[in-house]
Amino acid sequence: IMSLSAKDKAAVKAFWAKAATKADDIGSDALSRMLVVYPQTKTYFSHWKDLSPGSAPVRKHGKTVMGGVAEAVAKIDDLTGGLLTLSELHAFTLRVDPANFKILSHNLLVVLATQFPEDFTPEVHVAMDKFLSALALALSEKYR
Amino acid sequence: MVEWTEFERNTIQSIFANLNYEVTGAKALARCLVVYPWTQRYFANFGNLYNAAAIMGNPKVAAHGTVVLHGLDRAVKNMDNIKATYAELSVLHSEKLHVDPDNFKVRLLSPTFTTCMQSCVCVVEQSCDVMSLLDPQLLADCLTIVVAAQMGAAFTAEVQAAFQKFLAVVVSSLCRQYH
Repeated sequence: IMSLSAKDKAAVKAFWAKAATKADDIGSDALSRMLVVYPQTKTYFSHWKDLSPGSAPVRKHGKTVMGGVAEAVAKIDDLTGGLLTLSELHAFTLRVDPANFKILSHNLLVVLATQFPEDFTPEVHVAMDKFLSALALALSEKYR
Repeated sequence: MVEWTEFERNTIQSIFANLNYEVTGAKALARCLVVYPWTQRYFANFGNLYNAAAIMGNPKVAAHGTVVLHGLDRAVKNMDNIKATYAELSVLHSEKLHVDPDNFKVRLLSPTFTTCMQSCVCVVEQSCDVMSLLDPQLLADCLTIVVAAQMGAAFTAEVQAAFQKFLAVVVSSLCRQYH
């Protein structure tokens, strides 16, 4: 595992300060893209009436997911400890295949690039990529 | 044989028609070297890659990024036979230029190769060999991010799907040429 340096954490927090205001849009867009570009992920949402981009369930869930990301930013100094409950939720109840964390992360990065073309520099990109990887790892803690 | 919808064809043609290969290629490769620093391993003689600023301002990185995009251009113009496009270029390269694939790793760093780099034909052989060392998906992901930043809202989910599908086919075809 590649742990987050002080520089990474600072970059993530600084960028998140800008992105947080658009968190709901980001979440909705990332989820929408995931469902379109990686249709196999739709299987987790067969109980939704509408899986189209920007639909009500997609928007609602995007908000939920971004709430988790915000929590992770706040607990960036101890992701494993801080996300324990979320890890248990994903491991025992949701049972999301952890491979999908990488997919969602990729789509989050794509959305950040479209929404913040100037701010999403390569340095910010690498910090966010590392952060999302660490987040995914923390979520996978309780799986087995 | 890959099937392309009308939307996918138009999307790919449109994206590449509106790309500045020099600018986008440079940005994508530089981003790859910054975000996945272990990829710098394959560019040992590119000079200063010590930090993000150095990488982003490095003229060899920029030049090489352009070469990569021109290599992609062949696939854009031959979407119905990407596999054959790269196979043909690979054969052409090995026959005309008498490149021994085993030696290619060394030739990659030689001055002769640098001049060779101007031709997009070289991109493929280089890619074929580098394939054994470097995961092309890393560069593909960085190119996606760069194009997304450029297109903004126009880079819709459907456009993203078409673009990623195109890159996946290219990556797969390049990998095929390596034995």
